[in-house]
Amino acid sequence: MSAKLPSSLLRRRDGVVAEIAFVWLARFAVFAPLIVLGWLLGGLAIDGLGRIDWAFITELPSRKAERAGIWPALMGSLWLITLTAAIALPVGVAAAIYLEEYGRQSRIAGVVEVAIANLAGVPSIIYGMLGLGLFVRFAGLGKSVIAGALTLAILVLPIIIMSTREALRTVRDSLREAALGLGATRWQMVRQVIVPMALPGILTGAILAVSRAIGETAPLVLAGAVAYISFAPDGIDAPYTALPMQIYDWTSRPQKAFLVNAAAAIVVLTVVLLLLNSVAIWLRNRYQKRAY
Amino acid sequence: MDASAATSVEPVASGATSKPQRPWLRQRSGSVGERAIELGLAACSLVSIVVTIGIVVVLLYEASGFFAHVSLGEFLGDTMWTPTFTDNQHFGVWPLVVGTLMTATIAMSVALPFGLLAAIYLSEYAAPRTRRMLKPALELLAGVPTIVYGFFALTVVTPFLQGWLPELGGFNALSPGIVMGIMIIPMVSSLSEDAIYAVPDSIREAAYGLGASKLPTIFRVIVPSAWSGIAAAMTLAVSRAIGETMIVAIAAGQSNTLSFDPRGQTETMTAYIVRIAQGDLPTGSIGYQSIFAVGLVLFVMTLTMNLVSYRLSRKLRARNRT
Repeated sequence: MSAKLPSSLLRRRDGVVAEIAFVWLARFAVFAPLIVLGWLLGGLAIDGLGRIDWAFITELPSRKAERAGIWPALMGSLWLITLTAAIALPVGVAAAIYLEEYGRQSRIAGVVEVAIANLAGVPSIIYGMLGLGLFVRFAGLGKSVIAGALTLAILVLPIIIMSTREALRTVRDSLREAALGLGATRWQMVRQVIVPMALPGILTGAILAVSRAIGETAPLVLAGAVAYISFAPDGIDAPYTALPMQIYDWTSRPQKAFLVNAAAAIVVLTVVLLLLNSVAIWLRNRYQKRAY
Repeated sequence: MDASAATSVEPVASGATSKPQRPWLRQRSGSVGERAIELGLAACSLVSIVVTIGIVVVLLYEASGFFAHVSLGEFLGDTMWTPTFTDNQHFGVWPLVVGTLMTATIAMSVALPFGLLAAIYLSEYAAPRTRRMLKPALELLAGVPTIVYGFFALTVVTPFLQGWLPELGGFNALSPGIVMGIMIIPMVSSLSEDAIYAVPDSIREAAYGLGASKLPTIFRVIVPSAWSGIAAAMTLAVSRAIGETMIVAIAAGQSNTLSFDPRGQTETMTAYIVRIAQGDLPTGSIGYQSIFAVGLVLFVMTLTMNLVSYRLSRKLRARNRT
């Protein structure tokens, strides 16, 4: 904002004590939350890092905290996000393409728009209740990976639709006009020009959606994740647990040793999240340089 | 993680840009294949409407079972909540509603001042380079999974606060409330900043031209001009605090009586739902049905706040256009 003002106005600081005090207060408001974040991450690293070894990754959960591992939870999370992405991505991207490239002026698009805005604000636990009522019970999927993945897919759908629309909007209209002018049909224009151009943005949104899904706990508690399980899922109808569920289970136990396990599992979860986000940032930087 | 906050908390921002002219949108697709593709894409976009209807139907259907046993008068009149007891059952939802409002109030009393001050600092004071670094750093806070915040509230913040308040229980409303507030700060600050950013520079220049210094310009001119946008951010933040689950489920404890003491155990609507869902309740039991009744109340509350927020931000946009 201030960049737009002439610099004489920017430098206008009247030296009043009140203003100096205010600026420091405002600075504090920005930095205090960051300090808390550092405190949180630092504390976790101190508590958790020492507990992580190869056995912690590959072992099954156990009543004895020292011998317990996260293998089923890690595999469960992998199954979940793979299925979630496989379900939510095609539907979300298709919906966004329709809203941006086809139905902009139709009445349905207006209703869909309101529905998406509304869904984005629904608490995640409500999605869990939908998953419980619809997938676990009504559709008879039971407490299976697919029920959990469908629930998470619905949860991240608004994120995928919104970020894809954002990406499609960055493609200039002149490209659309050029494609159509060369005789392309509308779908040829979308598939061969618009989507490839918007792909980095779409992928970034997809990764953000996946990282949202991987950290969710509340919907899984309702949609059938089991807190204690001694094997990794072997199919879409298998019972499952997930990393956040394992963390929740360990955090709810009174013994200190389980809290250490929880901290270690959080470190693993954070590393996975950081990896995903680095890929998203790398993708964006790599493709943003390409001018169009 | 930097953009996740932006995409997840700004439903109101979509569709804000003015729509360019695209004459081909008025034409129908040509061949049968083209037409089929368009219909397929349209069907995918209808999923959002189906999901919205699905949520309402599931909540109403399961809650109707609950309200067949329990009168609305008892639900809203009693002050005890013990649906899973075998005897001495009470079905007054108030303990959960009060617990929810209490943690949300604590969260907002952290998120509101910090978020607003951060927004003012970032938009009016910070140099462009500082701003470019601080904004994504703040948004990292919104990308941390809530289960991690729950762990933090229980194992770090509660013991820390007990050093100051010895009478604070191991489970309480204060610690998860504060942590929830910290989590919501980036949401408040980035949405408020957008609102402040949208205030036209001519208004700032007019204030400076009339001889106002920076601080009065901010508080008497800029913040009031951006007020409906800031209020929209606040309302969305309250809705988020009401719906937040894992932090309170881990660190707030459980309670079935009305309590206004943030130092003692508190149960929110979300925490109750999670606690009951963990047990294996048979379908059709009153305990199972009760979570949908509570979920319905939660859904109505958050939906109301989201709609208010949507209205407020539309008002801001309409005014800035003139």
